[in-house]
Amino acid sequence: MWSILANPHRFMGFSKPAIPALASIGVVLFAYSLWQGLFVVPTDEVQGGHIFRALFIHVPSAWLCMGLYVGLAVASFVWFIWRHELADVAARAIAPVGTAYTALCLATGSVWGKPTWGTWWLWDDPRMMSVLVLFFLFIGYMALRTAMETRQKAARAGAILAMIGLINIPIIRVSVDIWSSIHQGPSVIRAEGPAMDWIYLQPLLIGFLGQGLIIAAIIMILMRAEVFGQQADALMARRLAGK
Amino acid sequence: MTNPAPLISAFRQALSEAWANGAGAFLPASFFAGAAILVPFTMGAEIEVLSRIGPDVLWLSLALASFVTLERIFQADLQDGALDLWAQEATPISLIALTKTLAHWLISGLPLDLLTPVLGLMLTVPAEKTLPAMIAYGLGGLTFFLWGGVAAALSASIARGGLLIALLALPFYFPTLIFGALALQGGLTATPGLLLIASTLFALGVAPLAMGAALRLATD
Repeated sequence: MWSILANPHRFMGFSKPAIPALASIGVVLFAYSLWQGLFVVPTDEVQGGHIFRALFIHVPSAWLCMGLYVGLAVASFVWFIWRHELADVAARAIAPVGTAYTALCLATGSVWGKPTWGTWWLWDDPRMMSVLVLFFLFIGYMALRTAMETRQKAARAGAILAMIGLINIPIIRVSVDIWSSIHQGPSVIRAEGPAMDWIYLQPLLIGFLGQGLIIAAIIMILMRAEVFGQQADALMARRLAGK
Repeated sequence: MTNPAPLISAFRQALSEAWANGAGAFLPASFFAGAAILVPFTMGAEIEVLSRIGPDVLWLSLALASFVTLERIFQADLQDGALDLWAQEATPISLIALTKTLAHWLISGLPLDLLTPVLGLMLTVPAEKTLPAMIAYGLGGLTFFLWGGVAAALSASIARGGLLIALLALPFYFPTLIFGALALQGGLTATPGLLLIASTLFALGVAPLAMGAALRLATD
């Protein structure tokens, strides 16, 4: 059933109208959540006053960077087992977007952490450590792909790395959890705010959906560029062969 | 039944190659000692500081020292064609890769483990603390070599892949380093120690499969 999606021609036909549609809906939702988050919702003094508005970028970026790694590993798995070329095109497109989102998550987390926790970086927080490891996994994935000679080899090596990365993530998570439960930060005030109100949750979820749609559009644009690049290579090869 | 002949030959070849190159355990052991000895120069020579951080410095040096020889572990076999022959054997290539990695650990991992009490003494960590910790260092070193072996197999066909191997293996070293450092405080039978053993067993189960897949790719 899923192999319907594996046909590059069908993908090119489907993605051409889908990209502007997804992107425009995404931008509208994202803009709404930013407007709500920056100007409408009341400040939360427990979370550090106005800086808490970073929530509307930070939390979606944290969810999305984890989702993007899972997407990378799933695309790698599909390519490794069934050799659907489009799955590799997707994996290749997801990697830079995922790296950027992981970096965004770390950066916005630091900006938010400085006024509320009193430090840019908190080694005791298992979530920060997990995202940091995720960042290295993404970087390693891209470095490995660029180092390989051919596309095919890059795809295979990258797929193996992405898959063993995914099965290691639970172990990494357990290890940083244990570690931070033993090392308690002495001088850091941990702001444990109340459970989130609907007034915050609603723009947050809408923003998450909007950013997700924008990301989907970006990934499709990158995938289309890749497919076009391959078609251009094939044309060039045919011309060089004199046909 | 798996034919053990290729496994035995791979094991013997790894051992003899290590000594024939003239390096063997010497290079990684020197690097290991050098990395640990640099620490007092940067951290200061206060005895209470050194004896507190000493065991963890040894973990860090062990992780770094594992990178020294990983680049060569499969690259030489790819260049002289041994890998192509192994790929044609009926014996699964992941078992051959596991054998190679274990041999590699025997040559350049176990000597580091034997060095830890000596370096511990130099860092003013009492021997009654480092001697029981040798099992933890040994398990951790083996896990480093297994995940590092996956990274080495993935980059076997890349010239000068040393830095790439370090970058690829780094995320997989995290749990071992954390469990290992905590196991030194609570011993092997406390939770972190048991988790260290579990992560070693997990690596023993999963890493050979990944190495096998990566080596098949390298021979294509």
